[in-house]
Amino acid sequence: MFERLSVMLMKEFLQLRRDRWMMFRLIVPLIIQMVVFGYAATFTVHHVATAVLDLDQSQASRSLISHFVATSRFDIVDMAENRKQITSDIVDDRAVVALVINAGFSRNLENGRSAPLQVIIDGTNSNTALIALGYIGQITAQFSSEQEGRPVALRVGSVSPVTGIKLEPLPWFNEGLNERWFFIPGVIGTLTLLQVVSLTAFAVVREREVGTLEQIMVSPIRPFEFILGKTVPFFLIGFGDIALVSAFGILWFHVPFIGSPLVMLAGAALFLMAAVGMGLLLSTFSRTQQQAFALNFFLLNPFFILSGFAFPIAAMPKALQWFTLINPLRYFLVIIRAVFLKGVGVDVLWPQLLALALLAAVMLTISVLRFTKSLD
Amino acid sequence: MAGPGEAAIRVQGLSKSFGPVRAVRAIGFDVSPGEIFGLVGPDGAGKTTTMRMLAAVLQPDAGEIVIDGVNVAAEPERAKLHLSYMPQRFGLYEDLTVSENIFFYAELFGVSRNDRMTRSQQLLGAAGLLPFRRRLAGQLSGGMKQKLGLVCALIHTPKVLLLDEPTTGVDPVSRRDFWAILYDLRESGVTIVLSTAYMDEAERCSRLALLHGGAIRYCDTPSRLKVSMPGALLAIPATDPRGVRDALTGKPGVLGILLMGDRVHVRVDDAARRIPELQRLLAERGITEASVEPTEPGIEDVFVALLGQGSGP
Ligand SMILES: Nc1ncnc2c1ncn2[C@@H]1O[C@H](COP(=O)(O)OP(=O)(O)OP(=O)(O)O)[C@@H](O)[C@H]1O
Ligand SMILES: [Mg+2]
Repeated sequence: MFERLSVMLMKEFLQLRRDRWMMFRLIVPLIIQMVVFGYAATFTVHHVATAVLDLDQSQASRSLISHFVATSRFDIVDMAENRKQITSDIVDDRAVVALVINAGFSRNLENGRSAPLQVIIDGTNSNTALIALGYIGQITAQFSSEQEGRPVALRVGSVSPVTGIKLEPLPWFNEGLNERWFFIPGVIGTLTLLQVVSLTAFAVVREREVGTLEQIMVSPIRPFEFILGKTVPFFLIGFGDIALVSAFGILWFHVPFIGSPLVMLAGAALFLMAAVGMGLLLSTFSRTQQQAFALNFFLLNPFFILSGFAFPIAAMPKALQWFTLINPLRYFLVIIRAVFLKGVGVDVLWPQLLALALLAAVMLTISVLRFTKSLD
Repeated sequence: MAGPGEAAIRVQGLSKSFGPVRAVRAIGFDVSPGEIFGLVGPDGAGKTTTMRMLAAVLQPDAGEIVIDGVNVAAEPERAKLHLSYMPQRFGLYEDLTVSENIFFYAELFGVSRNDRMTRSQQLLGAAGLLPFRRRLAGQLSGGMKQKLGLVCALIHTPKVLLLDEPTTGVDPVSRRDFWAILYDLRESGVTIVLSTAYMDEAERCSRLALLHGGAIRYCDTPSRLKVSMPGALLAIPATDPRGVRDALTGKPGVLGILLMGDRVHVRVDDAARRIPELQRLLAERGITEASVEPTEPGIEDVFVALLGQGSGP
């Protein structure tokens, strides 16, 4: 059994090595996607067009404004003269955020009273609005602390489609809502799923298409040994992917890795088992590599969209929410984000780990059964 | 039919359907050790299906296959150890070299390192592939690929070799190499079952099964099959074979007509009586001085006479 398995593995790795473009295809898309997500995702929270109405015209108010200018997050596009101007700035899309410092701001500060800063945000893009609001909170807090503890109160108002700006969802573990930190762990899971599923499916379908599958099945090799030989390499490649992309995210984008590598390893192993299971299952539905490619394309898209990678699952229609339950990516994203950013362990993540284990078991069983049947 | 010992292959009541298609219908035959047993039949006759069941890659619906004393259905893994099957399209790893392909199949069958070296050397030599050992299989010609397939199939010294149309699309020289290897194997006691669409190859088999519509219609040695052909065969050399065919089709006593390149084979009920008649019929059509002579039937004539239709090139 071990001789036959090891010769299968040897052959598989020899073929991978022989394929000169394989390494390229494995690594380059990962890096590109990382860079795209890493940089594009952060673009939205830099250089937010901001209009300012300073009705106080004091040293304190100017100091507060300079705090905003000091960060690259806000670009002051208009120093407005009156409220009408501010409103039209927002309505006409010249500014996304407007800051209104009412008269008496500095007086209130000096008297130790709460000094309100009114913030108007265009809620059309609630995501940006939320993030911008997070920064405004940070900057004003910073400013307040410099004013010997006298608080600057935020009064938030918004114009145009008000899609409920609330402060509560600001997650404490990703202060300032660094989207990059949120996205990069997600990219790791998503890309790994994409690669592992398609590589496994293609490798199996290719053997079927070329006719080597039939050839091998005439030898004393058992279907199970063949399946192991066909999946273990891609399981390992998946681990390599996760390690590489994680290292890239940590070293290049400085995404914090607070949690335990062991939890991550366990999650990754279960996730990859489910992924190779999916690849194998996919291969049993395709006779040619072309069919596998098409199937792969159609299936992985929903898996990606319905994973919570970018769109919150809680906001999806109920039927789609049910679907996400069989999506391994959904669980792995929770695990990987939690391990990276929150540092929580098995005590918190056990439901996700358990779900992944169940999914992996079910997928592998179904795919092995289907594959064995398809040999006839 | 089987030799003094037991048969190398014993097939009984073998059947397989794919949905409504009854690909193989209750066929049975024995093959003795050292025989080259040919399966001949038109496209879709069930040759490949039969081969795949013999090779234990396809589960029969009914029937029994015993190879070398091992029941294939009961112990497929044990049966496979002594068996080798070369599918109609042998699957090679095109991104591996000739040597690597051989190595892979040798390891799968658990061939020891020493045996592997000597045997691959010997087989590659016989196949004329020694100079190409380091070439990628994908860069070989069609005939070379087929021979490499055979080398891979033989690396574990099987006792039973199943070949499904092994020489289809292979040039005549490679085909000769191929058959030389097969004869050597037979000398060393290997039992060979092969399907073929080439009549000259069918002729070389020690016994033939004529398969049609999933059933074995006739099964005998080529020479006895020829004897069993009803009627007598006449050969007519012709510059216009189609004209000859049109002149004779449907005439009394004519059982069948087969175009053979520059000759026409006409099967008649009684040679002595029909020769002058045919000559007269041809003369009426302006084909004068035609020689109409009795001839030995080839296996293709027998095949067509028995199955009532043409096949192969
Ligand atoms: N996997 C399958 N699924 C459905 N039908 C099949 C399958 N394999 C074979 N058949 C059908 O069974 C019949 C016998 O096919 P088979 O391949 O055994 O013929 P063959 O004699 O090998 O023909 P050829 O000379 O074309 O190779 C055909 O009608 C074919 O369509
Ligand atoms: Mg066939």
